[in-house]
Parts: sequence; structure tokens; C-alpha cells
Amino acid sequence: MVGLEHYLGVAAALFVIGIFGLFLNRKNVIILLMSIELMLLAVNINLVAFSSYLGDLTGQVFTLFVLTVAAAEAAIGLAILVSFFRNRGTIAVEDVNVMKG
Amino acid sequence: MSVADYAFYLFALTTVMGGFFTVMARNPVHSVLWLITAFVGATGLFVLLGAEFVAMLLMIVYVGAVAVLFLFVVMMLDVDFAALKAEMAQSLPLALLIGVILLMELGTIFGTWHFADGAEAARQFVTPAITEVHNTEALGLVLYTDNILLFQLAGLILLVAMIGAIVLTLRHRTHVKRQNVVAQMHRDPAEAMDLIDVKPGQGL
Repeated sequence: MVGLEHYLGVAAALFVIGIFGLFLNRKNVIILLMSIELMLLAVNINLVAFSSYLGDLTGQVFTLFVLTVAAAEAAIGLAILVSFFRNRGTIAVEDVNVMKG
Repeated sequence: MSVADYAFYLFALTTVMGGFFTVMARNPVHSVLWLITAFVGATGLFVLLGAEFVAMLLMIVYVGAVAVLFLFVVMMLDVDFAALKAEMAQSLPLALLIGVILLMELGTIFGTWHFADGAEAARQFVTPAITEVHNTEALGLVLYTDNILLFQLAGLILLVAMIGAIVLTLRHRTHVKRQNVVAQMHRDPAEAMDLIDVKPGQGL
């Protein structure tokens, strides 16, 4: 029988992979955004696992809202990325501080 | 081991491998495809946990919308990804160090934790029996009544994100001629044309 720890282990591994990706691809904003999506997915797995094993629907309701915010964040992030690429012709993150006014 | 256990290990492996290759892949298009793999694995895990509605939502929202959005942007931007990847080897030791430390910290909870004594009593929305109310209906009963404010605010967030994304990416090019429909419809034959009676042999 698969216990709650197994799901928590998967979520922990996925979260650490997300952070690993953030540090590994510090220049490529697209991979950075994908790493953030992975971390949010790990949080969702945690919420649903606890919700299922405790018998409380709050975790699944929270997952819905995390999903909403993640989708909005991805859309806005990619829109900023597209307009940044149009202005500067690159997506390297270290050039972003040129924008400060 | 039952079939459900094998399914768990299959989906868990799919999810973690998808996540790992998302951050390691050389080609960003492959990264997005591995991300989709990770989402599909997580969907399987959610189905195993009995959260069918969230699982299908993950499939539709993440795989159907977010991942495809990523794919569009990766293919639309003409970026030299090889140059961005060149410095990956430099940051690998730091990333590995932080990853291992964090994994060890998260690993310390294994075997030592347990539900608190009052956890069962403190449940806010107790899941009804699956034989009486199925998952989607139970979630709807909770979402549209007690959480209606959060639900509406989530809709507001999506509206703001939609308008923000449109405003950020919309651009008007100055050298492109566009059709002005209002101006076209307000054209008047009397103003648009001049009828001139030209006398023979004189010209204008």
C-alpha cells in the first residue's frame, strides 16, 4: 500500500528539481518560468495528497486557486518576455537591470 | 504489490523524470515536451489520489493551455539558445549543492512526522463518502458556497492577467497602413466625388 510519504517524496523531489533548474539556467528566462511551474506542481501534489489522506476537501480547493494563479503568472511572464525580446533582441536575464529608470 | 502501487511508481517516475529533463534538456522545445510529460504523470498521481476533477483540470489547463503557450513563445522567439546554455556548466556545482542540501532538509521529515491529535476534528470541509457524492460534485458544493469570494477573486485575477498580457504584447507599427472601418463607413458620396463638367476643347 502506497502511503502518504511516497507522495510527499515525489513532491519534494519535484520541488528540489525546480530549484535546481532555477540555479542551473540562470540566463534562460523560459526555462526559469518552467522551473517555477514545476515547483507549483510539487506544491499541488502535496496539497492533494494531504487532502486525500486527511479526508478534507480544502486541499483540493486550494489546488484550484494555485492552478489559477500559476496560469495567470505564466501568461503575464511570457508576455513580459515577448515585449522584452522585442526591445532588446535577447532573453538573457542579466540584461534586465538595464531597464531600471 | 497491487496494480495501484505499480501505477503509482510508474506515474511518480514519469513526473520526476519529466521534471529533471525539463531543466536539463539542451533544446527548449524538448524542455517543454518534458514539462508536458511531468504534467501527465502528475495527472495520473491525482487520479490515484481520488482527486479526479483536479486531475482533469491539470490536463486541460496545464497541458492544454500553459504548455502550449510556452511552446508558442519558444518557437516564436528567435533566440540563440546555445549561447545561453554555454555557461550552464559553471553554475552546475552551486545548483547541485543547493539541491542536495534542500533534498536532505526535506528528507528529515520522513518517518518522524504524524498527524496531530486534533487534525481529524479540525477538518473544515470533510470529504463525503465517494458512494454518495462524487469528487466533482463535492468540490462544487464547497467551492460555490463557502469559497465563493475566493472563486470570484480567482476569476478577477484571470481577467487582469488577460488584459495585462494583451496590453503588454499589443503593438501598433507606425509604417503599416491599416483599415479604418469607422472612417470608411462615414464616407459620403457627395464629399468623396467631384463631378466636373468639362467643356469641349478647353480642358480643366
